[in-house]
Formats: sequence, C-alpha cells, structure tokens
Amino acid sequence: MTIAVERPQGGRLVDQFEYGLDAPICLTWELTYACNLACVHCLSSSGRRDPRELSTDECKALIDEFERMQVFYVNVGGGEPTVRPDFWELLDYAVAHHVGVKFSTNGFRITPERAERLAATDYVDVQISLDGATSEVNDAVRGQGTYDAALRAMANLQAAGMKDFKLSVVCTRHNIGQLDEFKAIADTYGAQLRLTRLRPSGRGADVWDELHPLPHQQRELYDWLVANGDQVLTGDSFFHLSAYGPADGSGALPGLNLCGAGRVVCLVDPVGDVYACPFAIHDQFLAGNLREDGGFDTIWKTAPLFLDLRSPQTGGACTQCSAYDSCRGGCMAAKFFTGLPLDGPDPECVKGNSETALAGDRERPGSSQDHSHTGTVRNAPVPLTLLRTRPVSACDESPLVSQQ
Amino acid sequence: MPVLPGAAWELSPSVSLRPEPFGALAYDFVTRKLSFLKSPTLVDVVRRLADAADVEDALLGAGVPAAERDRYVAALGTLAASGIIRERVAA
Amino acid sequence: MTGPETTSPTSPQQAEDVEQEALVEDALVEEISIDGMCGVY
Repeated sequence: MTIAVERPQGGRLVDQFEYGLDAPICLTWELTYACNLACVHCLSSSGRRDPRELSTDECKALIDEFERMQVFYVNVGGGEPTVRPDFWELLDYAVAHHVGVKFSTNGFRITPERAERLAATDYVDVQISLDGATSEVNDAVRGQGTYDAALRAMANLQAAGMKDFKLSVVCTRHNIGQLDEFKAIADTYGAQLRLTRLRPSGRGADVWDELHPLPHQQRELYDWLVANGDQVLTGDSFFHLSAYGPADGSGALPGLNLCGAGRVVCLVDPVGDVYACPFAIHDQFLAGNLREDGGFDTIWKTAPLFLDLRSPQTGGACTQCSAYDSCRGGCMAAKFFTGLPLDGPDPECVKGNSETALAGDRERPGSSQDHSHTGTVRNAPVPLTLLRTRPVSACDESPLVSQQ
Repeated sequence: MPVLPGAAWELSPSVSLRPEPFGALAYDFVTRKLSFLKSPTLVDVVRRLADAADVEDALLGAGVPAAERDRYVAALGTLAASGIIRERVAA
Repeated sequence: MTGPETTSPTSPQQAEDVEQEALVEDALVEEISIDGMCGVY
C-alpha cells in the first residue's frame, strides 16, 4: 500500500495522481544501451552495450513483477531494443503475462517477417522514430539512411496489416515547419502521428541550444496541435504550451498536463537502475536499483525520491503566474539539465519567464550515464549545413527584441 | 445504452481493473482509455456484477445505500458507454 | 470533508446553483485519455 500523504477524497484524477499510485500506469523500460545509430539528441546517450545489462531471466522476473502490480503497459526503448537477441522472446513473454507492450524503434529490424508477427500479436504497439519529413532534415539528426529505414519499416507494417502503429517525432527547430508533411506520411502508412518534446537530456543537452524550437515555433506548434490535436498524440509532453491558452484553462491541450515522474510513470534502465523519468537519467533522480533494493515493487512504493515527488510540490515563483494551473511549472528534466531551479520556470516557458535565468550564469549537470559510441558509426548523422533555418525576423532569435 | 437494474452485466474481458487508495483504475487494452473509479464501493459493485443475478443484486451486495443508488447506476452507465462493462450474454 | 460515499443534503435551489461543479465532483467515474503520460517515450 502506498504511504499516502493526506490524500484528498474524491476530486479529480489529476489531483489524485500528484499523490502517486500503488503502481505506475505505464513506464519506460530501456532494454539496452546498445544501438546501431548515434542520433545527435539521444535522451539516453546510447550506443554501446553496458556489460551489466539485465539478463533474460532478470527481465522475465521484472515482467512478473509488472504483472503482479498490474502495470498496464510498458514502453520499451533503449538504445535500440531490437538489437537485443532476446527482444522478441521478451515481447511474447510480456504479452503472455498481461503486460501490454509498446516499443520504440528506428525500424532497421522491422523486416516483413517481423512485421507479420507483430500484426498478429495482440497488446503490442510499435512506434517508429522519425525526426524529419524529408531525409535532409531527418538524417541530419538521426543518421545516414535512417529516413529510408523508417519508411521501409512503416511500409512493412502496413503491408502486414498492422493498424494504427505510431510515427513518433521529436519536434525541433528544423522540423516544426513540416508538421503537415509528417501527418501526410503517417496517413500514407495508416499510422498515427505522435509529436513529442525535445528535452535537454542525454546527448540532447549538447544540441539543445541549436535544436530546440524558437519561441515563434512553439506558438506555431501549439496552434497546430489545437487545430489537429484530436488525431495526433503528444505523449502529454507539451503541457507547458497550455499556457498559451486563456487563463481559465480552456486552451489546455488534451492529456494530463502534469509531470508524471515518480507518480504515475518512471524509467527502468538497462542495468536495473530505476529513475523518476527517462529524461532524467541522473543520480539526483535515481530511486534505486532492482538488484540492490529489493526489486521494482519495493522501489516504487518506498524509495525516498518517489515519496518526496508524491508529496505536495512547491511551485515556487510559478504559482503566482496566471498560467500555473495549465502548465504546472513545466518539465522537471528540462529545468534540471539547463541548470535552472526546479521551483522556477521551464526553460521554454511561453511567457518568457526563464529568459533572464537562461542568459545568466548557470551550471549544467551532465548525464550520469554515457554509453555513446566512441568510434565511427555506419549510419552517422549527416551535418545539416545548407538547410540552416534563417531567422525571418530579429524576434526569431530573441523574444526581448521587440522591447528595445 | 442505459444500465437497467434488472439486467446482467460484467467487466469487459479486455479491461484490467486495478485497486488504488481512492478506488480503482480501469484500463481498456483495446480502446486504451483509462477510467478512474472514485469510490471503493463502486469498485466492489463492478467486481460483483459478473456473479450477481443483476445490477440490483450487485448494488445490494456492495451495501450501496438507497439514497446513493441513482448515483451508482449513473456511474455504471458511464462505464457501459465506454465499454468498460458489458451486458452478459444469456447462458 | 465530504467523502465520496456520502452527499450533504441540498435544497433544490442550491443543487441547481452548483450543478456544474457537482457534476464533476459527484460523478463516480472520470475518464481520461492518455498517451503514455509525460515522462514516457
């Protein structure tokens, strides 16, 4: 039983979530740090396998725990999960044990045969990663040939009769202008489009300054989501944009508009470390290790980090803002990795409340784990030189320009 | 479809019902919808449906006070509308 | 504090006034559409 901290009776689900749950609703499970690619923004700094990876038996024992806890589904990622030889075995094991699986993949190993198998399996969902609607934009971030591999995987899934698999996009400065094209690609393959937020996590910290959407692009994205949102998923990752809406909260994007870290979701990493969130792989957000701290259930229910996250959080300066109810102070990981205080505004606060802090001195913590490739990678990112987005006006580069 | 007190219902097989301190979460694997049952008594009613003769029977078994009956039937109606519970096919 | 299983008696007038709010508070079921929640791939 979760040790509840004066949990209110009834009320809205969102209010209950802030106090935590007896089990996560879903969680991210990074199966391996190994990856055939070297995407520039990788949130888990993946590339090389960690020798301490959980064994097949340890993975099955974890799935057994998920089943007992009635975790509804897991989002399996990595690295590239399909490079683990036991991936398909673990997939089948999870499904057989009443744990739904959604897995994230670059598509290289989604062959026609694999696609057939997936289409025939219940409770499995596939998410193909793509970060550009053209190979120029995509391959600059994800690597040479990755655009083609993603489209090939989607074609295979479609041909196998797989319905509603996901096309998952990380929104960047270079692809915000391609939202309609992404939708068209998803429609072509019978997939559902998913747009998610770039966080300054993992290798993302190194490229965040150049890749994160500019203020006018955030507005463009918000407007596009409002217009197209009922057909597009967002992983609930744009709740900080809800502050663009009116003060009464009516402009909030659909979804939970809440940081779920440690309350309704968490991360299990390839070596059994449990973090509050996949975007917060850092000792500060490490709740425990499966092998050392009694397994997942014990960590979820008793880890001091999680109990702390489930107690009322101080919104600090943000509570004074009219938009606070919609944005809740934004993303904890985004604040942490840009060196901003956790009780202050999000680095991409749409009201510009973090501009001063970002311009000032700040210490950026690095990741606690770095499994990046050190040598050359076959599908290395293709530098985007000719396609650099030219600012349309001075406002593109600084929201304060108009004040001068 | 309104939930009639005299009808026989059950939890849909594609739904996982998970108790929580506040009541329960119900996740439908097919529709991917998450429902929040705000009262432990409602959870008890839902669990009793499959073996109860009818809805009335389940409400009585869970000890729902007469004054609350309509509220619980309304809640069952919401669950039925989203497919969380379904009518039992007569054996 | 009113628990989820009891309702304070209200006059028809009062009930009407707070109907909108009560609709959310009194309902025993809330549905929510989620896509992984924030913090998941």
